[in-house]
Amino acid sequence: MSALSCCIHSAPCRFWNSSIGKKIIVALTGIVLVGFLAGHLIGNLLIFQGEHAFNDYAHFLQTMLHGYGVWIARIFLLTSLVLHVTATIQLTIANRAARNIEYQRPATVTASASSRMMIWSGSTILAFIVFHIFHYTVRVSPELAEIGAENPHAMVIAGFSNILVSLFYLIAMTLLCSHLSHGVGSIFQTLGLRSHKTALPIDLFSRAFALFIWLGFISIPIAIMVFGFGK
Amino acid sequence: MLKSNIPSGPIEQKWTKHKFDSKLINPANKRKFKIIVVGSGLAGGAAAASLAELGYQVDCFCYQDSPRRAHSIAAQGGINAAKNYRNDGDSVQRLFYDTVKGGDFRSREANVYRLAEVSNAIIDQATAQGVPFAREYGGLLDNRSFGGAQVSRTFYARGQTGQQLLICVYQALEKEIAKGGVTMHSRTEMLDLVTVDGHAKGIVVRNMVTGEISSHAADAVILATGGYGNAFYLSTNAMGCNVMAAFRAHKRGACFANPCYTQIHPTCIPVSGDYQSKLTLMSESLRNDGRIWVPKSAEDCKNAAASIADADRDYYLERKYPSFGNLAPRDIASRAAKEACDDGRGVGPSGLGVYLDFRDATKRLGESTIRARYGNLFQMYEKITGENPYETPMRIYPAVHYTMGGLWVDYNLMSNVPGLHVLGEANFSDHGANRLGASALMQGLADGYFVIPATIAPYLASQTPGSITTEHQEFKKVEEEVRERVGKMININGKRTVDSFHRELGHLLWDKCGMARDAKGLKEALAAIPGIREEFWENVRIPGSGENVNAELEKAGRVADFLEFAELLCHDAHDRKESCGGHFRSEYQFTEKSPEVKAGKTQPGEAKRDDENFSHVAAWEFKGVGKKPKLHKESLKYTAVKQTIRSYA
Amino acid sequence: MANLNLTLKVWRQLNAQDHGRIETYDAKDIPTEASFLEMLDIVNERIVEDGGEPIHFDHDCREGICGMCSLTIDGVPHGQDRGVTVCQLHMRKFKSGDTIWIEPFRSKVFPLLRDLMVDRSALDRIVAAGGYIDIRTGAAQDANALPIEKDKAEAAFEAAACIGCAACVAACKNSSAMLFVSAKAAHLNYLPQGAPEKQKRTLAMVRQMDEEGFGNCTNQYECEAVCPKEISADNIAKLNRDYAIASFKEAVS
Ligand SMILES: Cc1cc2nc3c(=O)[nH]c(=O)nc-3n(C[C@H](O)[C@H](O)[C@H](O)COP(=O)(O)OP(=O)(O)OC[C@H]3O[C@@H](n4cnc5c(N)ncnc54)[C@H](O)[C@@H]3O)c2cc1C
Ligand code: HEM
Ligand code: SF4
Ligand code: FES
Repeated sequence: MSALSCCIHSAPCRFWNSSIGKKIIVALTGIVLVGFLAGHLIGNLLIFQGEHAFNDYAHFLQTMLHGYGVWIARIFLLTSLVLHVTATIQLTIANRAARNIEYQRPATVTASASSRMMIWSGSTILAFIVFHIFHYTVRVSPELAEIGAENPHAMVIAGFSNILVSLFYLIAMTLLCSHLSHGVGSIFQTLGLRSHKTALPIDLFSRAFALFIWLGFISIPIAIMVFGFGK
Repeated sequence: MLKSNIPSGPIEQKWTKHKFDSKLINPANKRKFKIIVVGSGLAGGAAAASLAELGYQVDCFCYQDSPRRAHSIAAQGGINAAKNYRNDGDSVQRLFYDTVKGGDFRSREANVYRLAEVSNAIIDQATAQGVPFAREYGGLLDNRSFGGAQVSRTFYARGQTGQQLLICVYQALEKEIAKGGVTMHSRTEMLDLVTVDGHAKGIVVRNMVTGEISSHAADAVILATGGYGNAFYLSTNAMGCNVMAAFRAHKRGACFANPCYTQIHPTCIPVSGDYQSKLTLMSESLRNDGRIWVPKSAEDCKNAAASIADADRDYYLERKYPSFGNLAPRDIASRAAKEACDDGRGVGPSGLGVYLDFRDATKRLGESTIRARYGNLFQMYEKITGENPYETPMRIYPAVHYTMGGLWVDYNLMSNVPGLHVLGEANFSDHGANRLGASALMQGLADGYFVIPATIAPYLASQTPGSITTEHQEFKKVEEEVRERVGKMININGKRTVDSFHRELGHLLWDKCGMARDAKGLKEALAAIPGIREEFWENVRIPGSGENVNAELEKAGRVADFLEFAELLCHDAHDRKESCGGHFRSEYQFTEKSPEVKAGKTQPGEAKRDDENFSHVAAWEFKGVGKKPKLHKESLKYTAVKQTIRSYA
Repeated sequence: MANLNLTLKVWRQLNAQDHGRIETYDAKDIPTEASFLEMLDIVNERIVEDGGEPIHFDHDCREGICGMCSLTIDGVPHGQDRGVTVCQLHMRKFKSGDTIWIEPFRSKVFPLLRDLMVDRSALDRIVAAGGYIDIRTGAAQDANALPIEKDKAEAAFEAAACIGCAACVAACKNSSAMLFVSAKAAHLNYLPQGAPEKQKRTLAMVRQMDEEGFGNCTNQYECEAVCPKEISADNIAKLNRDYAIASFKEAVS
């Protein structure tokens, strides 16, 4: 009991349990995830540089720091993701509870659609991440596993040749774009770095970044599906 | 019966001497005393917080949902203090003199001097608490000028001085609530005062949410319940402002002083229709650049203002008071507007309005300067009237704004009922027959922060703490009377709404006892009021029960008291056969023939005081509903200033 | 202008125990010069004359400063007009034939008292937790002994303009009180007088806010959009920053 209460009253626990503290954790983990996305995208875009460049990149990731690098990164990212998801789910539950009775005639003055479906865009992303990891990282499909072991480039092309896979990917990326268009700007506010003077540039940056991520990621399946890239 | 308890000695030393001579209560004993504070405005809130800081147990009451919403919040202009930060020759002495003169020599000298004396400490206190007063670029406090003074001594926080001061009072109060020194009772209305052996020992209240009626006992009671301007129905007061607490105390023995001293503010937005529920004040500062006029001939009144040539306009304030012009004091400017309208030259749909025109100022200074100075006021005007004051002149008309009269108190702010103390607008003490701008906030805070914490001790020292509880039969008796009254009201179940009675009373008072009064009109009012009151008690309809929130019941309780109080107001106005400050009796004014006019000391039409017969406070004792109250006089002696004709010509 | 004929859809509920519902009223012949609350007065007088119980709503000053009035009109606290309280809203903003929905300020933290009246005392408790400068009456130094930069004083003033109406809470999809709390904290945190207690104040106010059960800010700025005093969401950013710093200092000290 005393150990528990000691933990509850410890500074990190108090921070986590406070509304602002938890939000700050969402923002910090958001930064990690956003950073990962940017890096991941740039890596992915190497696919257009050709098979070699892409496979070298994949190889580099696998062997970085004697193979530990990728695991360090994975653990870091996974921790961030778990914190992000846990915090946001808790926040969302608390938020719904606080507004226990909806207006008979609800209205929205300025909140963007994206900001209002963060939990849905986030959940879709989560589902996608799980799928994506099993698809390309764990490679549950024996067929892809076989290709992937030697040639990640070919694996990607083969993967995206499946219309359902591509469709899910497109939807997920679109919701990711939505998530980021609100989320990236939000980071600044949550960390206390936004003011009415910087609001507009931050909003524009947020949207531009989201758009960049969206276009970047969907360019690959579209190239494969529509333009027959790599085939 | 009325002992003012003014300390002896020279006026500059009275307050210091008095504090030294007064009994103290040792810190350990303070805890044992309980004090009830009704009201959480500047006066009540400051008192409750300061008394709790000293160690007393305080129970504080207000009818709003939070103490922060008391009507002090609405004050716009500013608060006076004799800091002399401008080096323009201000001093305690000068603030004292201006306030006594502004009050038309009808206030109690010693109280006003003390007010001026503590004024500086108020600014220090408020600043330390975080009131964001306007500052200059050097980082020091800024001042502006206000009516009735030739120095710049008004501290302000944009147009929200009252709100900023009250918020810091409220914060201090909340701090004491958290520390346990104050127990706050919001949405709780005081319905009666309980006296035991002639001493005020508690109150009976109604919980406005559950309807529960209950008693609270204490060693002393403080009322800081604001003014009674709403007797007139339309005023710049909040909807809930009332006379109930003060009037109940009056009915239990406290004398009501000078009720006829009511202040009419000249620059309010005119009434636009019957449905109107309140009037909005436009800051007096507008008169710095706006010119007030009406058409010279009544035929022009329906024409557009812009189409009326300069030669056909009557800038009547500039004409009558060439040296003060549009900045003439409130009572004078108000009366002049009324005269113009009575003359059939009022403008606007109702004919009850005069122009406040910025055309010339705009030409002289440019629209951007006008916008910078008055932008938010213009915006407020436009929101309410839908008219753009940059294009058409504003229309203004006087409205009831402040009440100088109130419960009689001695130098210690204690009424003639021992133990009952009265602070802020609810007492009569500091403003005489007319209050100068920016001095009500000063008075409320002086009373609450600095006066009552010192002056309540002598009374408490004479009492055994906690000797009376709500178990005392007096509490049972008063509680029963209150229940009966509430029950009776609900059961009338007549045909007319509470508001319809309030409107009827308000119209009557405004017509007969408003900006100008005369014996005939006052007699008519005195004859008419009992009839309205009787009809009220037979024909008012209050739907619902007393067990839930019931706004009609709350209003009815207040209006019932106004219906009794109005008679007192008219009696006082009738009895005071002179004109002074806010009380203008048409029979008593200077004429061309008056020697003072011939000597150039004043002008025809100005208020004519009668110092020989009326240099007194009229304190009325309650003698029964519908019966003429009994007059007690406290004569006013001026030793530090000389009573002169109050001239602003 | 011709008078208006309107239909009102009003939330009615006798007390906290009662089940509320929307009821419909005709508001005929309403002068366009009337304020929104005066329109309700007119409707109420007719209801009473017809033997009904009037629609209850909170109000007092009727000039936009006391913060008592608290109606949600067509889903927007204080109505569509920017920078005004509902008592400052005038009927000329409506057209004949309009249907107007009138509901209370909604939040779990604001128990309903009757019809359109709610209990906002949670806001007072947040102030009591730390929203003050702890000095004793009479202990203050000369007001000009501490010069304050004009822009700091102005920033404090902007925050202090909050009237505590809770429209921000009512508008927020999460019933978050961040705009109110941040304004209250910023008023004092900007000023040098408030500096000694800044850390304590920030932590205490946020903790009380959480304890009351308000939701969390999701940076959607609905609060700022409906705030009758146009309090800036910059204050929220400042509170986030001050809270992070205060938490860190608390943890390491
Ligand atoms: C629009 C306007 C502008 C003004 N501008 C200025 C200005 O610029 N400068 C200036 O100096 N003065 C100004 N004044 C005057 C000044 O604001 C008031 O006189 C002063 O604030 C009154 O303070 P108070 O504490 O006495 O009363 P209030 O602030 O009115 O407080 C009364 C308190 O009593 C409580 N109360 C009342 N009746 C009951 C009851 N029966 N039971 C329980 N509680 C009750 C209320 O809830 C409230 O808390 C202005 C007044 C108005 C109306
Ligand atoms: C690549 C993955 C992700 C990225 C880059 C990302 C990024 C962000 C960012 C930057 C924010 C804004 C933080 C702030 O308000 O300061 C945010 C908020 C949010 N995220 Fe994510 N996120 C990701 C995954 C997820 C997932 C999987 C969920 C699933 C539940 C989720 C749910 C949310 C929610 C609900 C919010 C709003 C929280 C709030 O404002 O209170 N996110 N996200
Ligand atoms: S921040 Fe604005 S909306 Fe919120 S309580 Fe203050 S004034 Fe009302
Ligand atoms: S009634 Fe005071 S702000 Fe609306």
